[in-house]
Amino acid sequence: MSTRAKEILVIIMIVVFSLVFYFRKIAGGKEIIFSNLVAWVLIALLVLSLGLILILTIKGSLIGRRVVFIYVGIVLALPLFMPFTQKITISPEVRSLYEAVEKLPPGSKVLVSFDYDPPSAPELQPMGESFIRLCFQRDFKVIIMGLWPQGPQQANIAIDKILEDPEMQARNLRYGEDYVNLGYQAGNEFVIQRMGSSFKSMFPSDYRGIPYDSMPLVRNIRNFSNIDFSFNLSAGFPGSVEWVQIAVDRYGVELGLGNTAVQAPQMYTYLNSGQVVGLLGGMNGGAEFELLCDYKGKATKFMLSQSFSHMVIIAFIIIGNVAYFLGGRKSALKDK
Amino acid sequence: MRREIPLLITGIVGVGFVIQYFIPHAPFSYMSDWFSDWFSIIGACAIVLGALNLMKISIQKVISRKKDWGYAAVIIASFLLIVIIGMVEGKDFRVPGTNFDWLYRYMYIPLSATMFAILAFFVASASYRAFRARNFEATLLLIAAFFVMMGRVPVGDIITGFMPEGWRLSNLASWVMNYPQAAGQRAIMIGIGLGIVSTSLRVILGIERSHIGGGE
Repeated sequence: MSTRAKEILVIIMIVVFSLVFYFRKIAGGKEIIFSNLVAWVLIALLVLSLGLILILTIKGSLIGRRVVFIYVGIVLALPLFMPFTQKITISPEVRSLYEAVEKLPPGSKVLVSFDYDPPSAPELQPMGESFIRLCFQRDFKVIIMGLWPQGPQQANIAIDKILEDPEMQARNLRYGEDYVNLGYQAGNEFVIQRMGSSFKSMFPSDYRGIPYDSMPLVRNIRNFSNIDFSFNLSAGFPGSVEWVQIAVDRYGVELGLGNTAVQAPQMYTYLNSGQVVGLLGGMNGGAEFELLCDYKGKATKFMLSQSFSHMVIIAFIIIGNVAYFLGGRKSALKDK
Repeated sequence: MRREIPLLITGIVGVGFVIQYFIPHAPFSYMSDWFSDWFSIIGACAIVLGALNLMKISIQKVISRKKDWGYAAVIIASFLLIVIIGMVEGKDFRVPGTNFDWLYRYMYIPLSATMFAILAFFVASASYRAFRARNFEATLLLIAAFFVMMGRVPVGDIITGFMPEGWRLSNLASWVMNYPQAAGQRAIMIGIGLGIVSTSLRVILGIERSHIGGGE
């Protein structure tokens, strides 16, 4: 069978698999969870097959990148059906963010900036959901905005998800009084700078066109001095760096961050210097925060997939290095 | 004059920006507000300009049947579809339940998430093919990557659960992130900062002129 034919076969299999699960879901089918035995058998098969690949590599038969793709696909998908739970350890940076939020009195005004778009949503959306949910639970007033055009719509999705929960519905949260979505404003870091003197000048109306002064929640908010806490969800520019450099350093805002795993390392410098009170880094940070909030969201659910995928990538790095050293330190894999 | 006037404007605005940052009181604070408002206006215009430019390039590509012109046709169709639907729905176009919102949630999100998800496969493949312990520095990088990759997921602590608290993989990952990594980041950030200061001074003083184009 040619490589092209194999690729088409895999695509057909994935499409059929996806359609079966989609129709099962809309037909109200129960969530599929493997038994412990099936899950352990699958893990054993996975480990054995990786061992076999290692033996083949030692014997000089190298695998191609398509095999790696298949393994990554399998280890990302299979854990979604496994019954295991993992003990999540809370890191100091996540705990400090939670504690900073817990210190705020009821009625505090919290500014949340959604500075990301859908590609980063798997990492940042769970953070947004659990953070806003915690704010509502503590009776804080939430003001949402975005420096990315898609940010406020991501916020809407988060709010919709939160309001599906009967506990949140019972709180009878009102738009304009308990939360507001000011929408997107062009201008990158200059939006933050201008908000230092006037929120209204940057957001004369909310994302639906409701005038700023007609919303009781924000009517009396002039600038950052009327905000008790800020939380920034960021996937790049403009985002966390700009919030730290302008809102924190210039206007003294108390800021917490939620970043993609790629961006989080840069934020440790601001964390260690005390410029930000806490940091949620990547999906793991989101899962840790969910644990502190006693809420099982998508970050917790997907952590098993992330654990498996990290282990498989490390296994392939080891296999690649074995091939490198046995092959006289030549990268024969480059052509694969 | 075609070069002198833009240089003069750049110099005055640059000096004004520096002053308003260090003296945040009237009248300089008004200047800061004024600049910020103008930047937002220019930023909004740039979005329109960018969209129109994308259309112009895509239309030219389709008309002249350049390589991969089919993708350009898809861009034009998608652009027109979303713009027309957004305009028909008026100012409430982003409210949940509208057609625009439906397109966003059920077309834009899955498509863009799929594009980004492909990264996981490429990262795995690239690690397998290129992440080698070629020398001492590369080996250090490999070890650090191992600590961070395993320490950042719960399974790391499950594997090293027998170790005393403080020596588990999550602790080692935190140490890597907070000390060697943060030190490296600081060095890079300070370097970038110094570079920005020197370049900005060159632009403000008119020594660096490439931004005004021309090139004689």
